[in-house]
Amino acid sequence: MFTGTEIASLLQRCGISHVVTVPDSTVGPWQDGIAGAGVTLVRVCREGEAWAVAAGLYLGGATPLVMIQCTGLFESGDALRNILHDWKLPIPSIIGYRSYLNQDTLPGDTCLVFTEPILDAWRIPFRLITGPEQYDEMADYLAQCLEDGEPGALVVAEGRA
Amino acid sequence: MSAGAGMPLAEALRVLRAARRDTDVVIAAMGAAREWVKLSDHPLDWIFVPSSMGQATSLGLGMALAQPDRRVIVLNGDGGMLMNLGSLVTITAQAPANLVTLLFDNGVYEVTGAQPTPSTPAGRAGGDAVDFAGLARASGFRSVYRLETLEAWTGRVAEVLEARGPTFAVLDVTAMPNAGGPRSPGPAPERARRFMAALGNRSS
Repeated sequence: MFTGTEIASLLQRCGISHVVTVPDSTVGPWQDGIAGAGVTLVRVCREGEAWAVAAGLYLGGATPLVMIQCTGLFESGDALRNILHDWKLPIPSIIGYRSYLNQDTLPGDTCLVFTEPILDAWRIPFRLITGPEQYDEMADYLAQCLEDGEPGALVVAEGRA
Repeated sequence: MSAGAGMPLAEALRVLRAARRDTDVVIAAMGAAREWVKLSDHPLDWIFVPSSMGQATSLGLGMALAQPDRRVIVLNGDGGMLMNLGSLVTITAQAPANLVTLLFDNGVYEVTGAQPTPSTPAGRAGGDAVDFAGLARASGFRSVYRLETLEAWTGRVAEVLEARGPTFAVLDVTAMPNAGGPRSPGPAPERARRFMAALGNRSS
């Protein structure tokens, strides 16, 4: 749907300094483009770590974004609860929505069952991105989250596991 | 380590307080946070209460990356460390020279009543102990220490803090089974705002 260069350009427009990430087959290939554009990649070992690393970056004056798959969102629960809700640190995210576009790899993938309810349960506002025509909408949404000092997620539809 | 061995936690923290620079950030979690607030009220103290257990090392990494000219000292426990062992690898992947992790190892989940952790002989079928310093070394920490007594810690604290990081030091401390958990020193969002203002990079 998007190239790494396009995502990097979007992040730069919004002033993102660091991307804290665990890859999947959609967001992972963006890494080269992001790093090539001068946005610092912080590769973490599990997604729960990402929110605390991003929190430290934010407190220290940087402008981080967490980039993970929805399965990693599920893994992140207590960490994001603490960072986004206890401390009210406005960490934005890009979350890959596994199997949204097709379920060829994982028929019956329960990511389709749980992703949006989990986002709602953790009170994370989000914008669902299902096609490349929403590129500017993505940038506008992320910029608005940053300007408002609110966490928000760009949930990017994926078709592969 | 075995529960019951080691130096008193509060005494170990007093040694750190005396050696800390005014510009250092100190991030304290769990039992260390409970004791640190009794000793220090510095604007660059980040009392990580409430926390998501295990995330102090990760938060310290982010802070160290964002503030490369400032020393960041993380006070962590062995139970918290076990919840986020991967962070050792994440830290060394970034290799911040200004990050010091002090692991206060008492062998138990102290704040819940001193149940043994899975890393201590009392919590392991084989009766052996996990070597946290060895884990740090294998993960790629540049400087690794193990301090078993207050005398050793007092004698080497400057060396530990001044070492080229990322630095990892294990301090064997005595468990305090009845000490309870840490208490939040105030509303978390307000403390975050004050902390950022003290760093001088964000006012809100």
